[in-house]
Amino acid sequence: MLERAKVVGGIFQFICILACLIIIAMLAIILGDILIHGAGSISLEFLTQAPEAGMTGGGIFPAIFGTFALVVLMTVAVIPLGVATAIYMHEYAPKRSRTVQLVRLAIQNLAGVPAIVFGLFGLGFFIEFVGRGIDHALYGGELVYGQPAIIWASLTLALLTMPTVVVATEEALRAIPQSYREVAYSLGATRWQMIRRVVLPQAVGGILTGGILAVSRGSGEVAPVMFTGAAYFLPELPGKLSDQFMELGYHVYVMTTQSPDVEATKPLLYATVLVLLSLTFLLNFSAIIIRAQIRKRLRYGR
Amino acid sequence: MDGRQSGASENAGLSNDIRIKTDNLRVSTAGVEILKGISLEAPRGQILSIIGPAGAGKTTFLRCLNRMAELDVDLEVSGRILLDGRSVYDSNVAMLRRQVGMVFSVPIPLPMTVYENLAFGLRLNSGSRDRYDDRVEKALRAAYLWDEMKDRLNEPARNLSGGQQQRLCLARTLALEPRVLLLDEPCSGLDPISTARIEEALRQLKSDLAIILVTNNVKQAARASDRTAFFFFGELIELEPIEILFTTPRDPRTADYISGRFG
Repeated sequence: MLERAKVVGGIFQFICILACLIIIAMLAIILGDILIHGAGSISLEFLTQAPEAGMTGGGIFPAIFGTFALVVLMTVAVIPLGVATAIYMHEYAPKRSRTVQLVRLAIQNLAGVPAIVFGLFGLGFFIEFVGRGIDHALYGGELVYGQPAIIWASLTLALLTMPTVVVATEEALRAIPQSYREVAYSLGATRWQMIRRVVLPQAVGGILTGGILAVSRGSGEVAPVMFTGAAYFLPELPGKLSDQFMELGYHVYVMTTQSPDVEATKPLLYATVLVLLSLTFLLNFSAIIIRAQIRKRLRYGR
Repeated sequence: MDGRQSGASENAGLSNDIRIKTDNLRVSTAGVEILKGISLEAPRGQILSIIGPAGAGKTTFLRCLNRMAELDVDLEVSGRILLDGRSVYDSNVAMLRRQVGMVFSVPIPLPMTVYENLAFGLRLNSGSRDRYDDRVEKALRAAYLWDEMKDRLNEPARNLSGGQQQRLCLARTLALEPRVLLLDEPCSGLDPISTARIEEALRQLKSDLAIILVTNNVKQAARASDRTAFFFFGELIELEPIEILFTTPRDPRTADYISGRFG
């Protein structure tokens, strides 16, 4: 019996290692392929110039800048919204509240909605409804916000990534022992003081992890931004919230499907993908650094 | 009842300073009564211990006194609870809890430094970086912790031993200079030396405070308190000075419990 358990255990371990190796290999192949084909086309010019000659020449700077701005705006919108939602659900709402369970269910479902649906929602709600409304109210019907713009694209992305932030924050709140809350109350803290001085410092790591996941997700999405603000070709950088912008993911999509000369575009395509991946890593990495800094400042946090 | 209480106090003058008083305190949850009309008084200058088997309602009783019971939405509390003659429901709940301090059955240091733990309550009404060195030192001395802690104030509180943590929790409560101190089995996980230090601290503190000590340890009640209340399934069976309760209990259930026949 013991012999058999040993054999089965050995096989199981082997399968686990194999699965892990397969994933590493796939990742290595993808990254390697992109690196080998893309690295050659990356130059200072490529990173700092606008596209030329119908996407077969020039650089991708507007798309790099646009993606960066998009993700930053999205983060600014999604973190307060998601964190506040999670805090309400976990700290304020009555336990076993029906409403909260419904909200939680809705958020989980939101996570399963296809990205393209968010894009259409953004178009219908933010641009047609909110944007037009603003234009009528403030600009006398002139078209300012009632058209695709970086603000609408980032808000659409914020909706898409909100479940990630809410779930991560709730997870972090749940990990804080109830006894800490009791102690804070017993020392005369109000609910807000308890949240501000005990709960939030403890949850900040988890909240930022949610933010990091949201950034990773948001920076790679094409579908939600293609109707809501990303431009096919736009050498100028976005200067105000109502401007359109170029986005790396969308740029890849455009070069893949709309190029007049596929062979000429290919090296640029590889290089753009490489830049997109690097930017995602960079955004992730900076978020991790920020989290580490905050944790160090609260070094007794956990 | 009144006659017995004034007899219980070594100093008749102190017993007039009734800090906390309950009158027909009832608590129920989902139709089940946890406390069935408890009426008692705790004056300054005395340690009142509460003993009784598990499920007697000791902790629930304690948590009603500083309205911590409200955190559990399923509990229905009725009856009167008076702090210094005023209903605890008349004052702001945060202020009430500062005046009726509580130490829990397990040490719960907040995830901060020793100093920050001690200043936590004080800083709630001021800036979150304000210094309270004098009050912190005074509270640590009162909890017999100053000598061990004076060079470790900026260490994380969780680095302390269990006994030190519990004395830290006691000091943290004392830093707010409460009128009443509630302790819910404060020594349940502690070694005899730490327990002795806490008991000694309580003896010193009682001149300024009314202390209510819930304990599962009958010996501790006999050793560390002045009067003992025996709770049994939500009822106050008897409340006597320890010399009486532990030698000539009136009720057979009390006698059985203190002699270790159940519970």
